[in-house]
Amino acid sequence: MEPSDSSPATSNITVRRGEPLVVVKNINKHYGELHVLKNINAVVNRGEVVVVIGPSGSGKSTLCRAINRLETIDDGVITIDGVKLPEEGKALAHLRADVGMVFQAFNLFAHKSVLDNVTLGPIKVRGLSRADAEKKAMALLERVGVSNQAKKMPAQLSGGQQQRVAIARALAMDPKVILLDEPTSALDPEMINEVLEVMVDLANEGMTMIVVTHEMGFARKAADRVIFMAEGEIVEETSPEEFFTNPQSARAQDFLSKILDH
Amino acid sequence: MDTLLNNLDVFVDGFTLTLQVFLWSALFALFLGTIVGAMRVSPVGPMRWVGTGYVNLVRNTPLTLLMFFFAFGYPKLDLPNVSYTTLAIFALGLYTATYVAETLRAGINTVPLGQAEAARAIGLTFGQSMSHILMPQAFRAVIPPMMSVFIALLKNTTVAAGFSVAEAGYIRASLSERGEPAIVVLLWVALFFILLVAVLSFVQRMLENRLKVLR
Ligand SMILES: Nc1ncnc2c1ncn2[C@@H]1O[C@H](COP(=O)(O)OP(=O)(O)OP(=O)(O)O)[C@@H](O)[C@H]1O
Ligand SMILES: [Mg+2]
Repeated sequence: MEPSDSSPATSNITVRRGEPLVVVKNINKHYGELHVLKNINAVVNRGEVVVVIGPSGSGKSTLCRAINRLETIDDGVITIDGVKLPEEGKALAHLRADVGMVFQAFNLFAHKSVLDNVTLGPIKVRGLSRADAEKKAMALLERVGVSNQAKKMPAQLSGGQQQRVAIARALAMDPKVILLDEPTSALDPEMINEVLEVMVDLANEGMTMIVVTHEMGFARKAADRVIFMAEGEIVEETSPEEFFTNPQSARAQDFLSKILDH
Repeated sequence: MDTLLNNLDVFVDGFTLTLQVFLWSALFALFLGTIVGAMRVSPVGPMRWVGTGYVNLVRNTPLTLLMFFFAFGYPKLDLPNVSYTTLAIFALGLYTATYVAETLRAGINTVPLGQAEAARAIGLTFGQSMSHILMPQAFRAVIPPMMSVFIALLKNTTVAAGFSVAEAGYIRASLSERGEPAIVVLLWVALFFILLVAVLSFVQRMLENRLKVLR
């Protein structure tokens, strides 16, 4: 459910709201006996930043991965910009190019330089010339603050730098939406902020983002909406302010008391 | 030493042909093996089945039998005439390709899953993820076992001697006609093979150092 116009004007929901970009309708997913996604419904509008939060194992990653079909679903429909996710094949590859993904473990291509990581998609998928792709990649690396590392191999970079390269790699495809699955969870504490800053900038520039994160600072600063998941269900969906100060469900209260403890 | 020096022509011709047979069948095996290796991890069922069928069929056939089929079967077919050497190259290539495919498949399995997912996430097709992300990393991971495959191929080239291909394995037969002691000739042939393998091992170490993937 998207928040109605009468909901507390705590964030810029009303300013940002565009037409629906990612629509998730009645999806279910099982791993054997385990029902990991239970009849999930969600809409993310163009330009919106949605934070997905919830205890470990609640299905956040699975939902994220279902949205670019790295994970298949049992039933229900997912559409991106009005197009239903196609079956495996060329059409799916095409659609995935429009959906950026940033992983917890960065997953930079280990045998390619930082620059080549960012230019590969634009050259092979978008058909850019190498020169154009490199120009674009350098601008993006500049934007995330690692342009001086362009010639290095991923393993030579710090975690924070690698994750910023991963964000640049996703942006290089000019995606309609970016999915970030716990992008700062694998980072040393002193590197978390450099990545969060890049994410906040992105949000401010109007990028549509779905972010799985427990970083409350980011949620408060950048998110239009928080979706709280538990045991495969969306339990609460509200503005960040409302969620953190006045959670409605017992499960959200319980979860927040745990993450606020430390 | 006399055995070698007096018959240098036979040795040179033999090993030249061995190297030719080796290089062509290695290239053929590498090419075919890469395709079959990719088929074996394809998301498309029939592709996987064909790949698996090919590997199991050819790899479990003794090389000598395979050569037999080519040397005696092919000429019976109504097809353009091809030299025994070319047929031997085909047989060796087809045979070695199964080992290349299996080695590469093991290599692909060492590449972290996240690499393939990241490739798919930027919109690369299966073929593109294979050729740009998975295969290059798989090759780098399996350089030592891959070299063993090619060392085996080098030695397997001598099987072709049994089918009138006058490569190095055939030197002994030619030289017994000249009345040279077989055991001495064989020792020289073995020594040259050991030298060739040493060259391959050197190439292996060079590739390993140059292509190492840092993680
Ligand atoms: N490939 C799989 N096979 C079987 N079960 C799986 C698989 N992937 C995830 N699960 C299970 O599905 C459930 C949801 O997993 P998911 O990764 O979506 O949770 P999450 O909310 O992202 O958790 P976390 O905060 O730990 O990342 C978990 O119970 C997990 O053990
Ligand atoms: Mg997760």
